[in-house]
Amino acid sequence: MALQSSMRWRYLKEGFFFGLVRLSAFVITAALGGLLFYIFFNGLGAISWGFLTLPPTDSMTKGGIMPAILGTVYLTLGAIAIALPLGITSAIYLTEYARQGPLVRVIRIGVNCLAGVPSIVFGLFGLGLFVVFLQFGSCILSGALTLGILILPTIIGASEEALKGVPQTFREASLALGVSKWQTIYRIVLPSAMPGILTGSILGIGRAAGETAPIMFTAAAFFTAKLPSSIFDEVMALPFHIYVLATAGTHIEATRPIQFGTVLVLVGLVLVVDLVAIIIRSTIRKRKRW
Amino acid sequence: MTRRLKEIIIKRIFFLFACVSILILGLIVTFLFREGIPIFRIVSVPDFLLGGEWYPTFDPPAFGIWPLIVGSFIVTFFSTLIAVPLGVLSAVYISEVAPRPLKEVLKPLIELLAGIPSVVLGFFGMVVLAPWLQDTFDLPTGLNIVNASLMLALMAIPTISSIAEDALYTVPREFKEASYALGATKSETILKVIIPSALSGISTAVILGMARAIGETMVVLMVAGGAAAIPESLFDSVRPMPASIAAEMGEAPFRSEHYHALFATGIVLFLLTLAFNLIADYVSHKFKEVGSGTL
Repeated sequence: MALQSSMRWRYLKEGFFFGLVRLSAFVITAALGGLLFYIFFNGLGAISWGFLTLPPTDSMTKGGIMPAILGTVYLTLGAIAIALPLGITSAIYLTEYARQGPLVRVIRIGVNCLAGVPSIVFGLFGLGLFVVFLQFGSCILSGALTLGILILPTIIGASEEALKGVPQTFREASLALGVSKWQTIYRIVLPSAMPGILTGSILGIGRAAGETAPIMFTAAAFFTAKLPSSIFDEVMALPFHIYVLATAGTHIEATRPIQFGTVLVLVGLVLVVDLVAIIIRSTIRKRKRW
Repeated sequence: MTRRLKEIIIKRIFFLFACVSILILGLIVTFLFREGIPIFRIVSVPDFLLGGEWYPTFDPPAFGIWPLIVGSFIVTFFSTLIAVPLGVLSAVYISEVAPRPLKEVLKPLIELLAGIPSVVLGFFGMVVLAPWLQDTFDLPTGLNIVNASLMLALMAIPTISSIAEDALYTVPREFKEASYALGATKSETILKVIIPSALSGISTAVILGMARAIGETMVVLMVAGGAAAIPESLFDSVRPMPASIAAEMGEAPFRSEHYHALFATGIVLFLLTLAFNLIADYVSHKFKEVGSGTL
């Protein structure tokens, strides 16, 4: 009898635990999914061809968000152009050349710490170094450099993963044929790791496109009358545009539809970019022959 | 010989590039201190950290960031309280409970949700959650600790969940099989074998989630309300450090006392998150799982 009741107790606990686990998975998917749906349905009304291709008019209460889209594209491309070469070379050193030791440990801790630096601190750093010390001013170049540094750890991490995924036998086969180490890396290892590196870079693009705090003091403008003509011009950017419309100015309620529309464009952009990366990765994993 | 020389040069070049991250970290420290240190000619370090009044634009100004520090810790604490159970339990669901097809949808989905820009969460908290809180609880403002904690939690959950899921995934299969062989039920196996074996990874997830919450800017800037005072209830507004920096830097005159004080706040924030990250790094290396599992 005692055994039976103890078994019943165990079944009860079992049921309770699984209920709790299922509930929490449900709660977070529902909360985040609900949020996305809410933004989708409220933002959809604002989206039109004109919204995407025209500049704002009537002190940002009407018109489109084209300059902000363009600004975000410029900043993001600039950031990836800076972070990608630096990130890949760092990862190659860490995985292919470095021997495990205190120095590599320090570099790794450095990369981890860099990954954890708050985005607003990157903003302060960009302000102190690029805008003030190097006198670039608030412009695309300063913003792209700041964002590039922000996504550098992401790129390094993803590239390292990809390089580690290349089987050791590939390298050994190449070296056994008398090929030098650098040629092995360049001709054998890098091409095999490329899809993985690409995935990481795309995720970095998604991250850079959505960041607001690092560009607040280094690149973003409330409103620019004309499109930027050089990398030393200020730009509008989608995340900053959302912040400005939602918090500053005298037409906060009147511009609600524009705000939702801008949010939808930004979320759409970031999620599509991330989705592409995730799909590429899962395709590679399925196709992998080694 | 030339080939060998070339190889050595290439190796050196790669080494230099690998050091760039360290260099950047050094530059961050240098420039934060360069612009932040001058404030300590006006206030002492203890007065700056523990001073209860933040009136940077008054005459005479008061530069005490204690209310900002308290604000940061309160929202981080409550968001962690919400995010950790939900994040870890959902990781358990994805890793151990969910049927395979669902698992293959949920895992990338959570990863995708981690990519939602924080300004979007801030916007949602401001436009949707704040009015709701205000009406439901009859408050003067819906921009408060509760709102900020909820939105921060929503932001941290995907991060915590996916890192914890990775940790659970690496627990060796033999551990589970041994537990089942001893007659343990599935929930007993998860609670007493799998979670303890993955504990270092789960702790890392929690610490990184907290570091993310304490350093997050846009959410607290938009929904925490911005009152630089020690709060008395959960429905009071606070002004966490990142919000203060982001909101005031635009108005602080260049190289004024206020400007230096904001950089000094940045130093405090930087050191705090650095501590969090070093602890996470230490935990993940020190208490590495036994067997084939690594983080």
